[in-house]
Amino acid sequence: MNDRTAKLRRQSLDTPPSLSAERARLITEFYQANAGRYTVPVMRARAFLHLCEHKTLYLGDDELVVGERGPRPKSVPTFPELTCHSLEDLRILNSRPKTWYRVDSECLKVYEELVIPYWRGRSMRDRMFEELPLDWKAAYAAGIFTEFMEQRAPGHTVLDDKIYHHGMLDFKRDIRAAMHRLDFLSDPHAYSKRETLKSFEISCDALMLFAARHATLAREQAATEPRPERRAELLEIAAICDRVPAHAPVTFHEALQYYWFCHLAVITELNGWDSFNPGHLDQHLLPFYERGLADGSLTRERARELIECFFIKFNNHPAPPKVGVTAAESGTYTDFANINIGGLLRDGSNGANEVSRILLDIVEEMHLLQPSTNIQLSCKSPDDFLQHALRVISRGYGFPSIFNADTVVEEQLRQGKTLEDARAGGCSGCVEVGAFGKEAYILTGYFNLVKVLELALHDGVDSRTGLQLGPTTGDPAEFGSFAELFAAFRAQLRHFVDLKVAGSRLIERMYAEEMPAPFLSVLIDDCVLKARDYNAGGARYNNTFIQMVGLGSMADCLSAIKEVCFEQGKVSLKAMVQALDQNFEGQEVLRQRLMHRTHKYGNDDDYADNLMLDVFNACFAEVDGRPDARGGHYRVEMLPTTCHVYFGSVTGAMPDGRLAGMPLSEGISPVQGADRSGPTAVLKSAGKMDHVRTGGTLLNLKFAPNLVGSEEALQKWAHLVRGYFKMDGHHVQFNVLTAEHLRQAQAKPEAHRDLIVRVAGYSDYFCDLSFELQEEIIARTEHQEF
Amino acid sequence: MAHGLVFNIQRYSVHDGPGIRTTVFLKGCPLHCAWCHNPESISPRREMVVMETRCIGCGECGRACELADAADGEGCLPIQNGRCTWCGACVEACPTAARQVIGREMSVEEVMRAVLQDRVFYEDSGGGVTFSGGEPLMQPDFLAELLAASRAAGLHTTVDTCGMAKIEHLLGIAPLTDLFLYDLKLMDEARHREFTGASNRVILENLQALGLTHRQIWIRVPLVPGVNDDQPALEKTARFAASVPGVRQVNVLPFHRTGTPKARRLGKADSLGDLAPPPVAAVEAALDVFRQFGLEARAGG
Repeated sequence: MNDRTAKLRRQSLDTPPSLSAERARLITEFYQANAGRYTVPVMRARAFLHLCEHKTLYLGDDELVVGERGPRPKSVPTFPELTCHSLEDLRILNSRPKTWYRVDSECLKVYEELVIPYWRGRSMRDRMFEELPLDWKAAYAAGIFTEFMEQRAPGHTVLDDKIYHHGMLDFKRDIRAAMHRLDFLSDPHAYSKRETLKSFEISCDALMLFAARHATLAREQAATEPRPERRAELLEIAAICDRVPAHAPVTFHEALQYYWFCHLAVITELNGWDSFNPGHLDQHLLPFYERGLADGSLTRERARELIECFFIKFNNHPAPPKVGVTAAESGTYTDFANINIGGLLRDGSNGANEVSRILLDIVEEMHLLQPSTNIQLSCKSPDDFLQHALRVISRGYGFPSIFNADTVVEEQLRQGKTLEDARAGGCSGCVEVGAFGKEAYILTGYFNLVKVLELALHDGVDSRTGLQLGPTTGDPAEFGSFAELFAAFRAQLRHFVDLKVAGSRLIERMYAEEMPAPFLSVLIDDCVLKARDYNAGGARYNNTFIQMVGLGSMADCLSAIKEVCFEQGKVSLKAMVQALDQNFEGQEVLRQRLMHRTHKYGNDDDYADNLMLDVFNACFAEVDGRPDARGGHYRVEMLPTTCHVYFGSVTGAMPDGRLAGMPLSEGISPVQGADRSGPTAVLKSAGKMDHVRTGGTLLNLKFAPNLVGSEEALQKWAHLVRGYFKMDGHHVQFNVLTAEHLRQAQAKPEAHRDLIVRVAGYSDYFCDLSFELQEEIIARTEHQEF
Repeated sequence: MAHGLVFNIQRYSVHDGPGIRTTVFLKGCPLHCAWCHNPESISPRREMVVMETRCIGCGECGRACELADAADGEGCLPIQNGRCTWCGACVEACPTAARQVIGREMSVEEVMRAVLQDRVFYEDSGGGVTFSGGEPLMQPDFLAELLAASRAAGLHTTVDTCGMAKIEHLLGIAPLTDLFLYDLKLMDEARHREFTGASNRVILENLQALGLTHRQIWIRVPLVPGVNDDQPALEKTARFAASVPGVRQVNVLPFHRTGTPKARRLGKADSLGDLAPPPVAAVEAALDVFRQFGLEARAGG
């Protein structure tokens, strides 16, 4: 970092997050004035134009990349048309101890007088809950599944390379051409297609207007700027904003600024899950980097400075806060923009380049919370690239995570994508696979497998509430074999996947028809070609995911039941269920036996690992290939973010010895502390699953620094990763730290605010995590060598 | 097929030879080094331990034992029990696995099954299997069969030895061993006897003999403050190591205290007192001594 980027970084870290009511006010005023004047897509595009025209701009001192979503850095807008915070929500956000957002009295006043009166009963969330069936709501309330789109729009996609050779004027030309092709004589949808295309065109104009306002602001600042160097910078910024996004970028600086405008547009238009993401940033920037070096307009240092300014922009944008139960599910400032480094080119050759190395150096030096970063490691990626990344990981900031680029391609081929589109794809959010710039891959929510097993052990009754949530699948006291129990679990699983999918399809259609995303649609193939919105199936590829949570816990629960109740007969299943219902009260010896003397997933022990496979295969069979409501298919993913903590809190004691309310296992990682055979055994266990049939799996390993300290240790670590990827492992991430270090941070958070740990698919500030999550991370097995 | 007594199989063992390895620890050692970090390896017989951090004092072990009496108390059954017939009931009854038997009778086939589980990690990393101890040559037939089976499976083989073995056993396994990790602790015979309980004569003669025919020997020197870290002692060790043709490198292993809690669990006295690990500077100084004799020297490994 130089003085400029060190200062901007410090400002970004020190500025407290706050809520801004400006967007809510502008949207509400626009809707009040215009409701009923336009079709839905045009209304949305005009609302976006209204925002671009009237929102407060920010251009900070010494900034080189410009533009904020809110009126200033770390000031987060709200999206009342999706979910409208109550005054109570706002007060909680202001006062809660973790991941708080400052809410001032002005914001409360705007909400009380303007926003809430208009959007109560009109927001997507309110209307959704009117429409969803009662049994869906009961399952949702019981914590069997969550629903992503109850508070945020579908979103969740990544940009490819198209903006680097296509300006907004080029996009507008394509949109015009699509309008000319419309067939009003025979196509019954021609009118709605035209309205959709109109909305696309308006949103292109909106972004150009937004950039033009920045150009004007930069010139205004230049006029009064006393320092000649800064004045020159401001005039250059103005010139850049004149050129992009209207035209394709020519310079490195323009390329970054263009992406940033697109990013802001996507996350201002709607509040899509996992914000937005430049994808293969190193590959996209390389031509600009090489050209700049060749013609002398750029140096490596300048390129690095510009990317650092770009990274700080991401960190200025904490995730918009959620309401209700979801706040507990994933309380984080992270908005999951996950930049891909390395990977493959479209022709299948190695994609890591000099910009990849700059990115890794920046990640190491800046260690910001956002953006997230990952490396895409192919068997074609050179060892020095992997070792460079491991050296960064060994610093203990949790970044970057490591993905298997070859498996990522194979997963997409299974879903029917072309080879080139698959190679140009990668990972986003936590671990999700997508064809960048061409796919809507929507996450619909987490699914609590362990709760479903709990229901199977109680004939469909939720033991916390006594409600009959699931079908009656038999009294477990009557089960004569393990197979009968598993069949009961399968029946419960099918019931709740049916329920989940029915709810999700309804919500998908609500978004398709009432909450389109015209600007995002301009960026994603083939929305313009098909004249169909991103949220309505306009993307070339459509996939919809259910994220299964608690796989490791499931394997251990089933292993305990199978061994103790059916094979050894030491405890009847009836007695086991009684012990669970009493949270093992007075049964500590039994609980200890279940924890320590049964087969556990994560030890390369086929007994438990085969049960993991049975559960995974059951999930796959229930979900994969079901049609979604956008013309695509449902798929499974194995990732929890932080939801395993919430799901644990609503699930009673289980046969793996876990007490009621404690977290479940996360991702495909073993139960915390159950892996006792070292990292190779964990990787072997996890590698038994067919990762290719998923849309992403998440595996967390915690490493003590002494296991990665020397060059020799680093090489062995690299081989460990390569070994896992030989088995088609999708993803692995490493936390390199000591439990002692974490205890210190827990005891004195004020002194360890900068401590970042990988949680589950992303990194977060350790001190911002809940106490339970902190405890869990400490408990996660440290793979100490002798 | 031979059987042997194994006390641990450690996967992702990264300090016992090249690449990613699995180390098989065979039980029993002819030496009794005061600083031993694996005190559970010394006895050639099975031993009972109780991991104090895991014991919850539930008394299940006592209730399971047919021979326990009132003198054994209500909680955890004492491990030093002359009446024990090794029936295993107390270990089976322990719900937390605090109570364990160190040392498991295993066949070559069983060991190989465990070793081959990590084959995928050996192949690219240049790793393989390491047989350590204790002293693996205390079980020469078992070791020879394990090495032959490993060779047949295409694995790189390493033997970690203290050198205190019959020369014919050592030379017998040499053709099946890709790499020897050979301990050299002290050159002074009297001090060697004082700290390890045995003369070093056989150890030194064996190394000379092995070094004439085997070309991959790494010398391992545990650096123990006050025992062998003085300049003259290190120089003698270095001079000897440099005189053996097959020696390729020297690894200086700083003493650490992981053996202390293990000894306590075994009910053994810890003879080290409050001996602290050597400072980094002392390790560097020791490495310099070896380098002066033209040896490639590394810390750890």
